Amino acid sequence: MRRYRNVILTGLLIAGMVAISSAWLASGDPDGLERVAEEKDFLDRAEDPGYEILPDYTIPGVDGAISTALAGVIGVGVVAALALGAGYLLRAREGGRGTGGAGAGDAGKR
Amino acid sequence: MMSITQAAIQVTSDGPGMHIPDGFVSAPVAAAGWVAMVGILAVAVRVTNRELNEKAVPLMGVMAAFIFAAQMMNFPVAGGTSGHMLGGALAAILLGPWAAMIVMTAVVGFKSVLFQDGGIAALGLNVLNMGMLTALVGYASYRTAEPLLRGNRTALLASVSVAAWISVEVAAVSTSLQLAVSGSSPLDVVLPAMVGVHALIGVGEGLITAAALGFIMTTRADLLPQRRPASSSTGRG
Repeated sequence: MRRYRNVILTGLLIAGMVAISSAWLASGDPDGLERVAEEKDFLDRAEDPGYEILPDYTIPGVDGAISTALAGVIGVGVVAALALGAGYLLRAREGGRGTGGAGAGDAGKR
Repeated sequence: MMSITQAAIQVTSDGPGMHIPDGFVSAPVAAAGWVAMVGILAVAVRVTNRELNEKAVPLMGVMAAFIFAAQMMNFPVAGGTSGHMLGGALAAILLGPWAAMIVMTAVVGFKSVLFQDGGIAALGLNVLNMGMLTALVGYASYRTAEPLLRGNRTALLASVSVAAWISVEVAAVSTSLQLAVSGSSPLDVVLPAMVGVHALIGVGEGLITAAALGFIMTTRADLLPQRRPASSSTGRG
């Protein structure tokens, strides 16, 4: 996996930079669907989710663009960890059948 | 000073983000979206699990992170409207359609749950439109054009951007159908509007997709899929 360490680091760096800079650079105009909903008069049908974690790419209590930048970094980190974790888990199951602890459930697959 | 802060707040908290929020689609349509998403995801996991090679895992992780970030970067199109990359075509051309669908499900699902971008009930439809359809259509369009290109780099990147553009338009059509069936807006109203604005957003998608693939071709061409049908390493009974 060493061969891909630089790929992962470079990719995450680019993703992080895009997420951070989006806090300042991204257009705040309504996007395609929102604009259509506005013009065609169904925007008010949208329902609140009823809960908030990081609403609208901001961290509650932190103001301004920095809030979005932080939320973006958190997002990049968590989504990368989820995807990498899931991938390595699947691989461990496949490659290490019988040895790995992850795949107890698929003994009958083959 | 005050007004700068004010403006910054306004930019970052400007309405819903917007994947389909709950309420735009009716309960049956949303439920059908969930069923379709789960079914397709199950197939994608099975296929990917069988074909997963060493480089796929890090690439899937990096792709997920990049697409997550790229979706935050709204770019302006005409008339006070913005758009952002979807990413399904890029992921599919790089990883294959099935692995791409897993990546896109992770990204779109995560955005809905953690960032309240897109409703939970509507999540199946959002994943279907922005992740699965884009991956499938982007990949199919690209593979259709690929044999005609004879390895010409410029032609390849051009066809990649066209494939990405088509994928956005198909997602817009699919979303319009769901909105119409849900009674949010008649099809003859919502369809031209969605297809029109996403024709512009799709140009952005095409440019970013081609730029990202061009960057990978230049820096790490070994990460691109090798199209050799004679990969007999999976022969087992």
